[in-house]
Amino acid sequence: MTLIETRPTEAPPDEEPPLYANRVKVYPKAVSGPFRKLKWAVLIVCLAVYYLAPWLRWDRGPGHPDQALLIDMEARRAYFFWIEIWPQEVYYLTGLLILGAIGLFLVTSLLGRVWCGYSCPQTVWTDLYMWIERLIEGDRNARIRLDKAPWTASKLARKTLKHALWLVIAALTGGAWVMYFNDAPTLARDVMNLNVSGGVLFFAALFTSTTYLLAGWAREQVCTYMCPWPRFQAAMFDRETLIVTYEAWRGEPRGKHRKGEAAKSLGDCVDCGQCYQVCPTGIDIRDGQQLECIGCALCIDACNVVMRKVGLPANLIAYDTVANQQARASGGVSRWRPVRPRTMIYAALLLVVGAAMLLALALRSTLDINVLRDRNPLFVTLSDGSIRNGYTIKILNKAREERSFVLTVDGIPSGEMQLAGHESAAESAKLTVKPDTVGTFRVFLRAPRASLQTESLPITFGLKETATGETARHSSVFVGPEH
Amino acid sequence: MPTKIEKDSVTGTQTTGHEWDGIKELNTPLPTWWIYVFYATIIWSVGYVIVYPAIPWFTGHTTGVFGYTARGDVAKQIAAARAAQGEWRAKIEQASLEDIAKDPELQAFALAGGKTAFADNCAPCHGTGGAGGKGYPNLNDDDWLWGGSLKQIYATLQYGVRADHAETRQSDMPRFGVDGMLNREQVNDVAEFVLSLSGKSTDAAAVKRGQPLYVENCVPCHGEKGEGNRELGAPKLNDHIWLYGGDKASVAQSVHAARRGVMPAWSGRLDDVTLKQLAIYVHSLGGGQ
Repeated sequence: MTLIETRPTEAPPDEEPPLYANRVKVYPKAVSGPFRKLKWAVLIVCLAVYYLAPWLRWDRGPGHPDQALLIDMEARRAYFFWIEIWPQEVYYLTGLLILGAIGLFLVTSLLGRVWCGYSCPQTVWTDLYMWIERLIEGDRNARIRLDKAPWTASKLARKTLKHALWLVIAALTGGAWVMYFNDAPTLARDVMNLNVSGGVLFFAALFTSTTYLLAGWAREQVCTYMCPWPRFQAAMFDRETLIVTYEAWRGEPRGKHRKGEAAKSLGDCVDCGQCYQVCPTGIDIRDGQQLECIGCALCIDACNVVMRKVGLPANLIAYDTVANQQARASGGVSRWRPVRPRTMIYAALLLVVGAAMLLALALRSTLDINVLRDRNPLFVTLSDGSIRNGYTIKILNKAREERSFVLTVDGIPSGEMQLAGHESAAESAKLTVKPDTVGTFRVFLRAPRASLQTESLPITFGLKETATGETARHSSVFVGPEH
Repeated sequence: MPTKIEKDSVTGTQTTGHEWDGIKELNTPLPTWWIYVFYATIIWSVGYVIVYPAIPWFTGHTTGVFGYTARGDVAKQIAAARAAQGEWRAKIEQASLEDIAKDPELQAFALAGGKTAFADNCAPCHGTGGAGGKGYPNLNDDDWLWGGSLKQIYATLQYGVRADHAETRQSDMPRFGVDGMLNREQVNDVAEFVLSLSGKSTDAAAVKRGQPLYVENCVPCHGEKGEGNRELGAPKLNDHIWLYGGDKASVAQSVHAARRGVMPAWSGRLDDVTLKQLAIYVHSLGGGQ
């Protein structure tokens, strides 16, 4: 059996088919309606947050950055309002990404690709770029005509202006990105004085060029070819997910309605083509749910304008579920079931991970101790026969004030502790750590040979803050010669 | 070559014309910009070949218009690091060893530099952790042949031990057995007595016989109780640390033929700043006095 059935009547083409497909340029038409309004609103909020967030200030006291959102690579700190994260706490970021992913799953299973259609940066910046394009070159038909027209001074001027404006927005976007990694007002001043480091320049240029290329040139190709999300988001869909649908059962057979003629033989679709003319990815929703559809619902707005004009029921293209469409096609009642096992599982996961994150954040300690045992040499035999082990103690003081601690050790019966650089040995040591730093100390433990019963003795270092009594512990071993 | 290009009736797409056991492949072409990216990488590679060293030749390779070499890059980075360290190195040069040890910043700089210099120059004999081995002293412990103060360590580093330097640390233990000063039994008895100084002897009669021999031959340098003498580099014999082994045979061999270990003089091989850093580092290992 051949897997591909061929029509014997179809003559094979004379020439070889192309191996590379040219992009069919999309000229989305302007549209107005509730979904377009919503899209503008989301766009404004997203852009405002992106451009303005680095300028928010948050007082952390002298000597500390006062930027509310800051990732300080050089000092290895990340700031989020009242939270300060050290590099070893990057799991908070991981948790945030997991929350984002589960949130995306939940929203997708409920409302389809609203992330793609409204708030994805690719969508937001492409929309902004199209708005500028429309301002300068006119709407769909004018743009098609302009592209076909021969090059004139006017065409050159329009195209130059468009690309110049695009580049300005791209530069602002790249510029805003580096603000999250530097003190925004200082950086802005440095830019004014043309005194910017190579690193800042590189990343600003990188995000300038990606913004310009992706939003100006690549556009829907990013969603179709580059982005992995459209490829597997269908796994979150089911029959109860709200998606952009075409009511084929009442739309077909499509055709032009002549005035006065009873449209009995035809469906509600007047085949005006508005739905695919406004589509930012250039597809026809009447072909059914497809990979390229980003769920922006602009075709719903476009169709409803036409339906109102011709006096037919609205929402021929609608935000609806597959289950509803089938129910209504057979005369049933439409209903929406947001509460389903799938959404409940996503919501429960979201709650669990969110609660775990909050708990971890609430219980976050401002004190930590790490003990690195000397491995070379493992131990040292001293003149009197006693055994000495060396340890490097690292005390993480995540608070913004200097703190002093008492270091003790448990598990070594007749051991003595000596801080490197100090003459005398004692049972404990007093240590002081500067604010927001890691204090490193060398400590020697010494025990008489006779007191060591095993080759490796488990011990525990205990750290206690003098003022508050806050403690931290770290286990290690004391190694002696073979018995 | 594809021969049977046809149109698939299900999708309306053309096939590539290839067929494998009845399975045909639809032609779903790549976007054209994709191949432009490929061309761009080719153009990039041409530029790369011009700019950077690229093509090997019998006598070397093309150097590229930038004259870049990875080795030159490293040399530049080292020079930059040296320049950045200049201020600190000058401070180390000026300061006394005690002052360096007292200043936490200077000490940290000296320790870092000393650690690297130790790994490069000292580790082959003393081990990367300074734990030494048979014949090579452990620098972590509190037993020093020539003294464990900063000054003494610094002097040992500068002049070496039994090295070819005018001020080198010099001491030669006689080869009691080889040179016929003690006979075989006497060497054995002295060794047994030496072990008794740290309570390790097993033969009381030999200890008794060895005592007068020890007093006669060894006390001037090693002391009555085997306490050693750092002025002469004579090791302590009454402790638990043995450079060449603390068993009877090893001690007897030391008496018989002497050991006379050598350490090179580093003055002249390493600059003074490095030697000071090394002294600070070795002193910090745990046994500094």
